[in-house]
Amino acid sequence: MDISYNVNGDDFTRAGEASSKFKKALKQVGFDAEIIRRVTIAMYEAEINMVIHAHGGVIDCKITPEKIELWFRDKGPGIENIDLAMKEGYSTAPDNVRSLGFGAGMGLPNIKKYTDEMKIETELGVGTTVYIAVNV
Amino acid sequence: MTLKEVCEILEANVVCGQDNLDIEVKMACGSDMMSDVLAFVKNQSLLLTGLQNPQVVRTADMMDMHCIVFVRGKEPTEDIIELACDRDIVLMQTPLRMFTACGRLYDAGLKG
Ligand SMILES: Nc1ncnc2c1ncn2[C@@H]1O[C@H](COP(=O)(O)OP(=O)(O)OP(=O)(O)O)[C@@H](O)[C@H]1O
Ligand SMILES: [Mg+2]
Repeated sequence: MDISYNVNGDDFTRAGEASSKFKKALKQVGFDAEIIRRVTIAMYEAEINMVIHAHGGVIDCKITPEKIELWFRDKGPGIENIDLAMKEGYSTAPDNVRSLGFGAGMGLPNIKKYTDEMKIETELGVGTTVYIAVNV
Repeated sequence: MTLKEVCEILEANVVCGQDNLDIEVKMACGSDMMSDVLAFVKNQSLLLTGLQNPQVVRTADMMDMHCIVFVRGKEPTEDIIELACDRDIVLMQTPLRMFTACGRLYDAGLKG
Protein backbone atom coordinates (compact mmCIF):
# COMPACT_ATOMS: atom_id res chain seq x y z
CA MET A 1 0.00 0.00 0.00
CA ASP A 2 1.34 3.45 -0.99
CA ILE A 3 0.09 6.81 0.24
CA SER A 4 1.44 10.32 -0.44
CA TYR A 5 0.77 13.57 1.37
CA ASN A 6 1.53 17.15 0.39
CA VAL A 7 2.70 19.18 3.35
CA ASN A 8 1.78 22.85 3.18
CA GLY A 9 4.67 25.00 4.38
CA ASP A 10 2.78 28.28 4.77
CA ASP A 11 0.13 27.31 7.27
CA PHE A 12 1.48 26.16 10.63
CA THR A 13 -2.00 25.41 11.98
CA ARG A 14 -2.17 22.49 9.51
CA ALA A 15 1.23 21.03 10.45
CA GLY A 16 0.68 17.45 11.57
CA GLU A 17 -2.40 16.80 9.44
CA ALA A 18 -0.62 14.20 7.31
CA SER A 19 0.62 12.27 10.36
CA SER A 20 -2.82 12.35 11.87
CA LYS A 21 -4.39 10.95 8.66
CA PHE A 22 -1.72 8.27 8.36
CA LYS A 23 -2.29 7.28 11.98
CA LYS A 24 -5.98 6.72 11.20
CA ALA A 25 -5.05 4.68 8.11
CA LEU A 26 -2.66 2.46 10.13
CA LYS A 27 -5.36 1.91 12.77
CA GLN A 28 -7.78 0.84 10.06
CA VAL A 29 -5.27 -1.67 8.69
CA GLY A 30 -5.06 -3.00 12.24
CA PHE A 31 -1.40 -2.61 13.12
CA ASP A 32 -0.22 -3.12 16.69
CA ALA A 33 -0.71 0.05 18.78
CA GLU A 34 2.98 0.29 19.71
CA ILE A 35 4.06 0.11 16.04
CA ILE A 36 1.52 2.81 15.15
CA ARG A 37 2.78 4.98 17.97
CA ARG A 38 6.43 4.67 16.92
CA VAL A 39 5.71 5.37 13.25
CA THR A 40 3.42 8.32 13.83
CA ILE A 41 5.54 10.06 16.48
CA ALA A 42 8.53 9.89 14.12
CA MET A 43 6.39 11.00 11.19
CA TYR A 44 4.91 13.91 13.13
CA GLU A 45 8.38 15.14 14.14
CA ALA A 46 9.59 14.98 10.54
CA GLU A 47 6.42 16.61 9.20
CA ILE A 48 6.73 19.49 11.69
CA ASN A 49 10.39 19.88 10.67
CA MET A 50 9.35 20.20 7.02
CA VAL A 51 6.99 23.02 7.96
CA ILE A 52 9.15 24.97 10.39
CA HIS A 53 12.52 24.51 8.68
CA ALA A 54 11.83 23.86 4.98
CA HIS A 55 8.58 25.47 3.65
CA GLY A 56 6.79 22.11 3.40
CA GLY A 57 7.26 19.23 0.98
CA VAL A 58 5.99 15.76 0.15
CA ILE A 59 5.71 12.62 2.31
CA ASP A 60 5.60 9.20 0.63
CA CYS A 61 4.54 6.22 2.73
CA LYS A 62 4.95 2.58 1.79
CA ILE A 63 3.48 -0.29 3.77
CA THR A 64 4.80 -3.80 3.13
CA PRO A 65 4.40 -6.98 5.20
CA GLU A 66 7.92 -6.43 6.59
CA LYS A 67 8.01 -2.71 7.34
CA ILE A 68 6.50 0.73 7.14
CA GLU A 69 8.73 3.13 5.20
CA LEU A 70 8.47 6.89 4.85
CA TRP A 71 10.29 9.47 2.74
CA PHE A 72 10.10 13.17 3.62
CA ARG A 73 11.27 15.30 0.68
CA ASP A 74 11.62 19.06 0.88
CA LYS A 75 13.23 21.84 -1.14
CA GLY A 76 14.27 23.80 1.95
CA PRO A 77 17.66 25.21 2.93
CA GLY A 78 19.26 21.83 3.69
CA ILE A 79 21.09 20.87 6.88
CA GLU A 80 24.63 22.19 7.27
CA ASN A 81 25.89 19.66 9.79
CA ILE A 82 23.89 16.45 10.21
CA ASP A 83 25.88 15.25 13.26
CA LEU A 84 25.14 18.50 15.04
CA ALA A 85 21.47 18.46 14.00
CA MET A 86 21.14 14.94 15.46
CA LYS A 87 22.33 16.15 18.89
CA GLU A 88 19.66 16.53 21.58
CA GLY A 89 19.03 20.21 22.22
CA TYR A 90 20.52 21.54 18.99
CA SER A 91 18.02 23.79 17.21
CA THR A 92 18.12 26.71 14.81
CA ALA A 93 14.39 27.36 15.29
CA PRO A 94 13.59 31.06 15.78
CA ASP A 95 11.65 32.36 18.81
CA ASN A 96 8.32 32.44 16.99
CA VAL A 97 8.58 28.67 16.46
CA ARG A 98 9.35 28.19 20.15
CA SER A 99 6.24 30.15 21.09
CA LEU A 100 4.27 27.59 19.02
CA GLY A 101 5.60 24.81 21.25
CA PHE A 102 8.44 23.49 19.07
CA GLY A 103 12.15 24.09 18.62
CA ALA A 104 13.72 22.25 21.55
CA GLY A 105 16.10 20.36 19.29
CA MET A 106 14.58 17.02 20.23
CA GLY A 107 12.92 16.03 16.94
CA LEU A 108 15.67 14.27 15.00
CA PRO A 109 17.01 12.32 18.03
CA ASN A 110 13.42 11.33 18.80
CA ILE A 111 12.92 10.07 15.23
CA LYS A 112 16.07 7.99 15.62
CA LYS A 113 14.81 6.58 18.93
CA TYR A 114 11.48 5.43 17.55
CA THR A 115 12.58 3.96 14.19
CA ASP A 116 14.58 0.93 13.11
CA GLU A 117 16.25 2.81 10.27
CA MET A 118 16.86 6.49 9.59
CA LYS A 119 18.80 8.19 6.79
CA ILE A 120 19.22 11.86 5.99
CA GLU A 121 20.33 13.11 2.58
CA THR A 122 20.76 16.84 2.34
CA GLU A 123 22.31 19.51 0.17
CA LEU A 124 22.59 23.14 1.17
CA GLY A 125 20.26 25.34 -0.86
CA VAL A 126 18.70 22.31 -2.58
CA GLY A 127 16.74 20.40 0.06
CA THR A 128 16.56 17.45 2.40
CA THR A 129 15.23 13.90 2.22
CA VAL A 130 14.69 12.03 5.46
CA TYR A 131 14.03 8.28 5.17
CA ILE A 132 12.68 6.24 8.06
CA ALA A 133 11.54 2.65 8.47
CA VAL A 134 9.87 0.73 11.26
CA ASN A 135 9.81 -3.08 11.12
CA VAL A 136 6.42 -4.63 11.70
CA MET B 1 -8.09 8.56 39.24
CA THR B 2 -10.91 9.17 36.77
CA LEU B 3 -11.14 12.22 34.52
CA LYS B 4 -14.22 13.18 36.49
CA GLU B 5 -12.07 13.43 39.64
CA VAL B 6 -9.42 15.39 37.71
CA CYS B 7 -12.15 17.80 36.71
CA GLU B 8 -13.30 18.27 40.31
CA ILE B 9 -9.80 18.69 41.72
CA LEU B 10 -8.95 21.33 39.11
CA GLU B 11 -12.33 23.09 39.34
CA ALA B 12 -12.35 22.60 35.61
CA ASN B 13 -14.92 23.02 32.96
CA VAL B 14 -15.31 20.20 30.42
CA VAL B 15 -15.15 21.65 26.90
CA CYS B 16 -15.62 18.38 25.04
CA GLY B 17 -15.76 14.67 25.76
CA GLN B 18 -18.34 14.83 28.56
CA ASP B 19 -19.18 11.16 27.89
CA ASN B 20 -15.62 9.96 28.51
CA LEU B 21 -15.12 11.16 32.08
CA ASP B 22 -14.97 7.64 33.50
CA ILE B 23 -11.59 7.06 31.79
CA GLU B 24 -8.83 6.23 34.32
CA VAL B 25 -5.56 8.16 34.32
CA LYS B 26 -2.47 7.30 36.36
CA MET B 27 0.17 9.67 35.01
CA ALA B 28 0.20 13.26 33.77
CA CYS B 29 2.57 15.71 32.15
CA GLY B 30 2.61 19.52 32.24
CA SER B 31 4.34 21.41 29.42
CA ASP B 32 4.05 24.27 26.97
CA MET B 33 6.70 22.67 24.75
CA MET B 34 5.22 20.02 22.47
CA SER B 35 8.78 19.02 21.51
CA ASP B 36 9.33 17.91 25.11
CA VAL B 37 6.00 16.09 25.27
CA LEU B 38 6.97 14.16 22.14
CA ALA B 39 10.41 13.36 23.50
CA PHE B 40 9.68 12.54 27.14
CA VAL B 41 6.12 11.27 27.49
CA LYS B 42 5.78 7.52 27.97
CA ASN B 43 2.55 6.42 29.60
CA GLN B 44 1.22 9.78 30.67
CA SER B 45 -2.33 10.07 29.40
CA LEU B 46 -3.15 13.57 30.67
CA LEU B 47 -1.53 16.73 29.31
CA LEU B 48 -1.67 20.08 31.10
CA THR B 49 -0.64 23.02 28.96
CA GLY B 50 -0.86 26.77 28.55
CA LEU B 51 -0.28 26.51 24.80
CA GLN B 52 -3.22 27.05 22.47
CA ASN B 53 -2.97 25.63 18.97
CA PRO B 54 -4.08 22.56 17.00
CA GLN B 55 -0.65 20.97 17.48
CA VAL B 56 -1.47 20.49 21.16
CA VAL B 57 -4.28 18.13 20.13
CA ARG B 58 -2.23 16.48 17.38
CA THR B 59 0.66 15.93 19.80
CA ALA B 60 -1.69 14.38 22.36
CA ASP B 61 -3.17 12.22 19.60
CA MET B 62 0.28 10.96 18.52
CA MET B 63 1.11 10.11 22.14
CA ASP B 64 -2.24 8.29 22.63
CA MET B 65 -3.21 10.67 25.44
CA HIS B 66 -6.83 10.84 26.60
CA CYS B 67 -7.20 14.33 28.00
CA ILE B 68 -5.85 17.87 27.64
CA VAL B 69 -6.29 20.47 30.37
CA PHE B 70 -5.80 24.11 29.39
CA VAL B 71 -4.51 26.04 32.39
CA ARG B 72 -4.94 29.72 33.30
CA GLY B 73 -8.47 29.83 31.94
CA LYS B 74 -7.40 29.66 28.31
CA GLU B 75 -10.40 29.33 26.03
CA PRO B 76 -9.77 26.73 23.28
CA THR B 77 -10.77 27.86 19.78
CA GLU B 78 -13.33 26.10 17.55
CA ASP B 79 -10.70 24.33 15.41
CA ILE B 80 -9.03 22.92 18.52
CA ILE B 81 -12.35 21.68 19.93
CA GLU B 82 -13.36 20.11 16.63
CA LEU B 83 -10.05 18.29 16.30
CA ALA B 84 -10.25 16.97 19.88
CA CYS B 85 -13.81 15.70 19.42
CA ASP B 86 -12.80 13.93 16.24
CA ARG B 87 -9.89 12.21 18.06
CA ASP B 88 -11.97 11.32 21.15
CA ILE B 89 -9.76 13.47 23.35
CA VAL B 90 -11.37 15.09 26.40
CA LEU B 91 -10.72 18.86 26.71
CA MET B 92 -10.91 20.72 30.01
CA GLN B 93 -10.23 24.25 31.03
CA THR B 94 -9.16 25.30 34.51
CA PRO B 95 -8.69 28.78 35.97
CA LEU B 96 -5.69 27.44 37.94
CA ARG B 97 -2.11 28.15 36.89
CA MET B 98 0.17 25.36 35.69
CA PHE B 99 2.08 24.95 38.98
CA THR B 100 -1.04 24.85 41.10
CA ALA B 101 -2.90 22.51 38.77
CA CYS B 102 0.01 20.05 38.61
CA GLY B 103 0.53 20.31 42.38
CA ARG B 104 -3.07 19.45 43.18
CA LEU B 105 -3.08 16.42 40.89
CA TYR B 106 0.26 15.21 42.24
CA ASP B 107 -1.05 15.59 45.77
CA ALA B 108 -4.09 13.53 44.85
CA GLY B 109 -1.88 10.65 43.67
CA LEU B 110 -1.18 11.21 39.99
CA LYS B 111 2.41 10.44 39.00
CA GLY B 112 4.68 12.34 36.61
N1 LIG C 1 13.88 19.37 6.90
C1 LIG C 1 14.83 20.18 7.40
N2 LIG C 1 15.38 21.15 6.62
C2 LIG C 1 16.33 21.96 7.10
N3 LIG C 1 16.82 21.90 8.35
C3 LIG C 1 16.33 20.96 9.17
C4 LIG C 1 15.31 20.04 8.75
N4 LIG C 1 15.04 19.20 9.76
C5 LIG C 1 15.83 19.58 10.78
N5 LIG C 1 16.63 20.62 10.43
C6 LIG C 1 17.68 21.27 11.26
O1 LIG C 1 18.08 20.40 12.29
C7 LIG C 1 17.85 21.02 13.58
C8 LIG C 1 17.44 19.97 14.60
O2 LIG C 1 16.16 19.41 14.23
P1 LIG C 1 15.25 18.79 15.38
O3 LIG C 1 14.00 18.31 14.77
O4 LIG C 1 16.07 17.81 16.15
O5 LIG C 1 14.97 20.03 16.34
P2 LIG C 1 13.99 21.28 16.12
O6 LIG C 1 13.06 20.99 14.98
O7 LIG C 1 14.80 22.50 16.00
O8 LIG C 1 13.18 21.29 17.48
P3 LIG C 1 12.07 20.20 17.95
O9 LIG C 1 12.10 19.09 16.97
O10 LIG C 1 12.47 19.79 19.32
O11 LIG C 1 10.77 20.92 17.94
C9 LIG C 1 16.80 22.08 13.31
O12 LIG C 1 16.79 23.11 14.26
C10 LIG C 1 17.21 22.56 11.92
O13 LIG C 1 18.30 23.43 12.00
MG1 LIG D 1 11.98 19.18 14.95
